[in-house]
Amino acid sequence: MTGIAAIAICEFKVALRNRWVAIAVLIMALFAAVLSAAGSAPSGELGVDKLSLTVASLTSLAVYLVPLVALLMAFDAISGEKERGTLPLLLTYPVSRLEILLGKFVAHLGTLALAIAVGYAIAALAALSFDSQALQGLPALARLYLTSLLLGAAFLGLGYAISAVAARPGAAAGAAIAVWLILIVLYDLALLASVVADNGGAFTQSVFPWLLLANPADAFRLYNLAASEGTSAATGLGGAAQTISPGFALVSVAAWSVIAIGLATAAFRSVKP
Amino acid sequence: MPTLTLSHVTKSFRDQRALCDVTLSVDAGERVALLGHNGAGKSTLMKIVLGLIAADSGTIAILGSPQGSPAARRATSYLPENVAFHPALSGLEQLRLYLRLRGEPVDQAADLLERVGLGSAGRRRIGGYSKGMRQRVGLAQALIGRPQLLVLDEPTSGLDPVSRRDFYSILNDLAGAGTAILLSSHALTEVEAQTDRIAILSNGLLVANDSLASLRRRAALPIQVQIATRPDTVEEVVRRVAGTRVNGTRVELTCRHDNKLTRLAEVAGLGDLVEDVEIIPPSLEQIYHHFSKAGAEQ
Ligand SMILES: Nc1ncnc2c1ncn2[C@@H]1O[C@H](COP(=O)(O)OP(=O)(O)OP(=O)(O)O)[C@@H](O)[C@H]1O
Ligand SMILES: [Mg+2]
Repeated sequence: MTGIAAIAICEFKVALRNRWVAIAVLIMALFAAVLSAAGSAPSGELGVDKLSLTVASLTSLAVYLVPLVALLMAFDAISGEKERGTLPLLLTYPVSRLEILLGKFVAHLGTLALAIAVGYAIAALAALSFDSQALQGLPALARLYLTSLLLGAAFLGLGYAISAVAARPGAAAGAAIAVWLILIVLYDLALLASVVADNGGAFTQSVFPWLLLANPADAFRLYNLAASEGTSAATGLGGAAQTISPGFALVSVAAWSVIAIGLATAAFRSVKP
Repeated sequence: MPTLTLSHVTKSFRDQRALCDVTLSVDAGERVALLGHNGAGKSTLMKIVLGLIAADSGTIAILGSPQGSPAARRATSYLPENVAFHPALSGLEQLRLYLRLRGEPVDQAADLLERVGLGSAGRRRIGGYSKGMRQRVGLAQALIGRPQLLVLDEPTSGLDPVSRRDFYSILNDLAGAGTAILLSSHALTEVEAQTDRIAILSNGLLVANDSLASLRRRAALPIQVQIATRPDTVEEVVRRVAGTRVNGTRVELTCRHDNKLTRLAEVAGLGDLVEDVEIIPPSLEQIYHHFSKAGAEQ
């Protein structure tokens, strides 16, 4: 426990010093502000409060940004220690590799939590100032925030696994970007292409929903859009998404964060200093 | 029970032999120097002791616990060769991390830096430190929590002569308090004066492991006797002791350990012909060459 805290304190200091905290907060704040400005046009006719609408657009934003920021923070975690030559000494201290990893995880997730909170708060305040009914959307915002952290945790874990396997930080950075492209962009494109080719057949009915669930980013989107009917109506994400219970999607995101940390631990354990 | 025991430790990297059947122990309060040419296996031996790399065969025990176990890690401090730290952290911040990891109060950080002569630079980032300053941070972290076993890989490399002396005085304090110390070095003269036992690795073989005095006896290298004469007596001295004339006032002769006293008696018998006599025992460097050459032939 003290080992985790020791690493977390040090790692957070490094994140502050390397401007990672500032960069993450700035990215989230900037995009949330742009999104609020773009969404400030009246759309009240839908009968949905402003904050719920904001949550829907924040969800689409978070699917891209949260994994990206998480991977960028994580890729250096172990490969950087290897490159600097600081790993052997650290590993002779009475602290387990799991504790080292969890310490870094706590610091990075804390940074992410701060950045996401700032971004979402900006968007929420903008919505509240335009619409007095917007308070109805607060539960949706809370769900979005917590699942964003789970999504961030999953991609931090994937980032650490990449970082442990890669020989150098440069290779780790490349692999992290590749993972982001595959899981966030190409995966959806491939699914979309399959659904179009299948034309409502067996694949779309029985396989597609599970494939959506299998990807943490898609599960995250599914959960947040389906959890509040209002927002799913507003974004018109129909079809398959409606056939999956939001509970499954939530379990998928949570399971991914645990699996990813497990993967990272296994990868780190096999690193030879 | 010795603090550290290695028995029959063997390690190869693919077909490259790094250690071959090495058996060595270090007692509490003992300072052992590990010598050997580049690539002899010193760093490999230390990393195996720390549990960083696994031996192919053989056993290691630190106060009865296997290498790398939590108990062994709590008892051991390490200074790696080419020690490195996070460049964005200050010396104080880096030491606070290590203090926390050992469960020691973080307010010791300033004292530790003071002890290695870095008190004033503690707040600056390590990225801006010189090599010797980084080495001192490395020493400071190795002193945390009075370790029972100290493993130091070329601890004085990069240190100036004054800090070397300070370093050995810190080391002697620790040894006096019961810390077992295993250090590697290429600086033979300082090791000669500052350690209790010398272990020489050659090509992964432990070719010597004894006190300097015993090694000197076993190597049986010739002892050099330098005789200072007056200008008018040098010829006679050369003739009577069968020595070699070096210059107008100096004669040299060598003798074996077992007839050292006989030869000295001869010199003493010269009486007034001689102004002064100097006896130079074989240096550690000569002894080192003797044993590592023997190892290379095996
Ligand atoms: N990770 C490794 N992979 C392959 N070979 C290695 C590795 N580490 C060490 N060796 C080899 O093992 C042998 C011993 O190396 P080691 O680093 O222990 O030498 P050393 O005595 O510390 O030398 P130096 O005085 O230069 O520090 C060398 O032949 C080296 O090439
Ligand atoms: Mg070495």
